[in-house]
Amino acid sequence: MNQSSDNALNTSDRHLQRRHRKASLFSSFCALITFMGVALLALLLYQVCVDGIKWLDIQFLTSFPSRFPARAGILSALVGTLWLISLIALIAIPIGVATALYLEEFSKKNRLNRLIELNISNLAGVPSIVYGIIGLALFVRGLNLERSLISGALTMSLLILPVIIIASREAIKTVPMSIRHAAFALGATRWQTAWAHVLPASFPGILTGVILALSRAIGETAPLIMIGGLTYVAFLPDGPMDSFTAMPIQIYNWVARPQHEFHQLAASAIIVLLAVLLIMNAAAIVIRHKTER
Amino acid sequence: MSAQLDEKLMIPGQREQAANNKPAFAEESILNLDQVNIYYSGKAAIKEVSFPIAKQKITSLIGPSGCGKSTLLRSLNRMNDFIPEVTMDGLFTYNGQNLNAPSVDPVEVRRHIGMVFQKPNPFPKTIYKNIAWGPNINGYQKSLDELVEHSLKQAALWDEVKDRLHESALSLSGGQQQRLCIARALAMEPDILLMDEPCSALDPISTAHIEDLLFELKTRYTIVIVTHNMQQAARISDYTAFLESGELIEFGVTEQLFTMPQKQRTEEYVTGRFG
Repeated sequence: MNQSSDNALNTSDRHLQRRHRKASLFSSFCALITFMGVALLALLLYQVCVDGIKWLDIQFLTSFPSRFPARAGILSALVGTLWLISLIALIAIPIGVATALYLEEFSKKNRLNRLIELNISNLAGVPSIVYGIIGLALFVRGLNLERSLISGALTMSLLILPVIIIASREAIKTVPMSIRHAAFALGATRWQTAWAHVLPASFPGILTGVILALSRAIGETAPLIMIGGLTYVAFLPDGPMDSFTAMPIQIYNWVARPQHEFHQLAASAIIVLLAVLLIMNAAAIVIRHKTER
Repeated sequence: MSAQLDEKLMIPGQREQAANNKPAFAEESILNLDQVNIYYSGKAAIKEVSFPIAKQKITSLIGPSGCGKSTLLRSLNRMNDFIPEVTMDGLFTYNGQNLNAPSVDPVEVRRHIGMVFQKPNPFPKTIYKNIAWGPNINGYQKSLDELVEHSLKQAALWDEVKDRLHESALSLSGGQQQRLCIARALAMEPDILLMDEPCSALDPISTAHIEDLLFELKTRYTIVIVTHNMQQAARISDYTAFLESGELIEFGVTEQLFTMPQKQRTEEYVTGRFG
């Protein structure tokens, strides 16, 4: 009988078998961890849906908050959040992308710029409540913008700027140097190169970063409470200088009440918040697919 | 003629002659290198190199890897400006002007001295936009459609792409992409076309295409080409500069340099005994 020594490619090598076992053990471990994360999220969603589905109807979406759970709705908070997100996008995206473009394409690698880069990375890790304090001091009081949508949007923009800048820089870095050289060799200036080639080529990556940042902004509560987003608003804002509430504030408010019905209302509001988030993400994916081609 | 040429060009210290385009060299030169030094972080990569570049001829730069020929080529249209560690001195006289003079705008230099890179690097846009973008940003007034067609015809690519001008340039094969890059450079109507090993990433058929193209082009353009391929240099170029360790070992008429090199090192290199 021919034993293993004859055939170098057989699988009876014990050392090799041990390595295979290790590999499969590790990959099952990774799969388990991944599955646990997804399962927890699914459980959470399930719980929220069970609690919240009861109150979720058109009336909930079109009513102002009320003392009576049956008449309470999310309208002012939903509109407030949409206002807020639009303003944040208008403020934070141009500033964030321009900063990233400057740092990657234009700035000299000197000490000042390294200091700026270091600070931006650090700012990404600052707790959101601290931004709330800055917003209160700077925008609400310092610039006398009152407890308005614009104060909230400016504060939130500060909060998410580091995220946008870091993500955009990473996206810009992935654009091959050869594309820039091709443009320069045709007599293009740095600005023409950045605008016509670097920015379009890094757009999908920038968009991903922007969506991540806006998703963070949409769910933040602490800074808004700090700068005085209201908890009971029975009107819709007409412009950026009006006072406002937002969905996370409304959810926080409802959860804090003793009655069980309000807890269910909070769950309904969470579903609406998640829906808004999903729509934003879907829009980003559609835009990205359109531009990638 | 060539003996005289070699003698005149090889002897160091011919500064005046090179700078003033004296007839040391039987051709009309469009660009003159005079005592050029290029440093990477202070370390010399090109040492005291002087030679002229003949108008509407092909000049090839040959030499072993790392001899500085690509660095030298990039210095001819200020592409080294993007590498902060690179500094240089010496004179690059182009139409009577020093390319490195403070008053010279590098963007302007690159409009007149185009470049084709080692690896094809089309923009991730349509074939049409690849060609039209350069002239467009530089204020080209006439019909872009005609210019695109003309440039693609010059690069012998028109027949292959005329029905798909608005498809992505990335859908082309490597050889087609490189010809597109050549067409893109030609659309700027440059005085000089610099080519950094343009065939090194291509198969022999694409290489033959591009070599044929270069023959066509030299009736209208001045071409400086870096190549690792001895046969290619011998086949296509009129003048050849052989560099080693940053020094110009020999410059001369290509045929002369390959058949009767003046220097031992040149002979060893071109016959394949080293490098």
